[in-house]
Amino acid sequence: MNDPSLGYIFLDACLINNFVLAYFLGICPFLGVSGKIDTAGKMGAAVMFVMLISSVCAYGIHAFLEMINAPFLQLISFIVVIASTVQLVEMFIKKMSPALFRSLGIFLPLITTNCAILGLALFQTAKGYGFLECIVYALGAGAGFTLALILISGLREQLEFADIPKFARGTALTLIVAGILSLTFMGFAGLGS
Amino acid sequence: MSSVVETNKSNLPSSTDEFIKGLWKDNPVFVQVLGMCPVLAVTNTAENALAMGLATLFVLLMSNILVSLLRNFIPKQVRIASYILIIATFVTIIDYVIQAISVDLHKSLGAFISLIVVNCLILSRAEAFASKNGLGKSALDALGMGIGFTFALLCLGAVREVLGNGSIFGWSVFADSFQEWIVMILPAGGFFTLAFWLLLFNYWKERKV
Repeated sequence: MNDPSLGYIFLDACLINNFVLAYFLGICPFLGVSGKIDTAGKMGAAVMFVMLISSVCAYGIHAFLEMINAPFLQLISFIVVIASTVQLVEMFIKKMSPALFRSLGIFLPLITTNCAILGLALFQTAKGYGFLECIVYALGAGAGFTLALILISGLREQLEFADIPKFARGTALTLIVAGILSLTFMGFAGLGS
Repeated sequence: MSSVVETNKSNLPSSTDEFIKGLWKDNPVFVQVLGMCPVLAVTNTAENALAMGLATLFVLLMSNILVSLLRNFIPKQVRIASYILIIATFVTIIDYVIQAISVDLHKSLGAFISLIVVNCLILSRAEAFASKNGLGKSALDALGMGIGFTFALLCLGAVREVLGNGSIFGWSVFADSFQEWIVMILPAGGFFTLAFWLLLFNYWKERKV
């Protein structure tokens, strides 16, 4: 089989194998900050940025560790790079927009423990993507994460005013909505290939 | 089960409390809703769920012990980074151990073993408990939380495997005429099953009040 085209890699990461709805990566912010469309969009943008940088770094680290023949250091070096990138983004947002910094709250430092970002670094290594492919893959995954976050926050805003039994409110309801959304995204499975 | 736990609790020493709270009252999955990624991703069969639960239990226990031992030496400013490094070390170990025990299992769990590093449950126990308490208490806390986590994973994995595959731990439980609910082993089934368990828990709590 030929190498997949760049366009297919993007579609694959964004829609067909959406990181949140098919791989269950990044569920914590997905459940936590998806209350409002506005915040969800900005969170998505922040995650996408961290993804892009850490994906490029992960590519470099992987190449270097292959060279010195120390694959067991992979996981540790990936997580260190991600943690420092998040720190950078945090300082940047704090300086540029204190209001956004407050509304993201605890979930900003928690991007470090966002599985989607480490997952991205691990998947691209496992798939053996080249430099350009890594960047496209990161962009696709970021776009897919943002899309899922915005979709679910839109649905949750509508459900605020619905008449739902008290015990079903909160996480359980969000999970059911996410399940239906995940079913919908399965429709993309026929795309590309 | 709950009534037994609660009657015991009042007259037991506090260290037992640390162990028991993770099992039921503060169950990491059903009550705290932490560590959702592995909960949903690898619970398509009961076997995967059990393996994942045990791997997490090991990492949680070892990192809690080490964090508790080092809690007076780690400077406040860099504590999160240090915890993550400690956790990543143990995850690398368990990754190689699973590979040595069963290559098939390693394949079916895939990247999710490495992703134990970013399981919020482990970091939150290190930060909220092990960094403030002694060795014994931290180890008990980790054991309780880990077993509670494994129990929750098994609850999900069992339901999904029985309905989606007609079997449990690979043994088929239905006659051949059983039509599998394919959706249960697909991603959407994970969301639905967890939602169903949470609904059940909330309903039960509501009724008791």
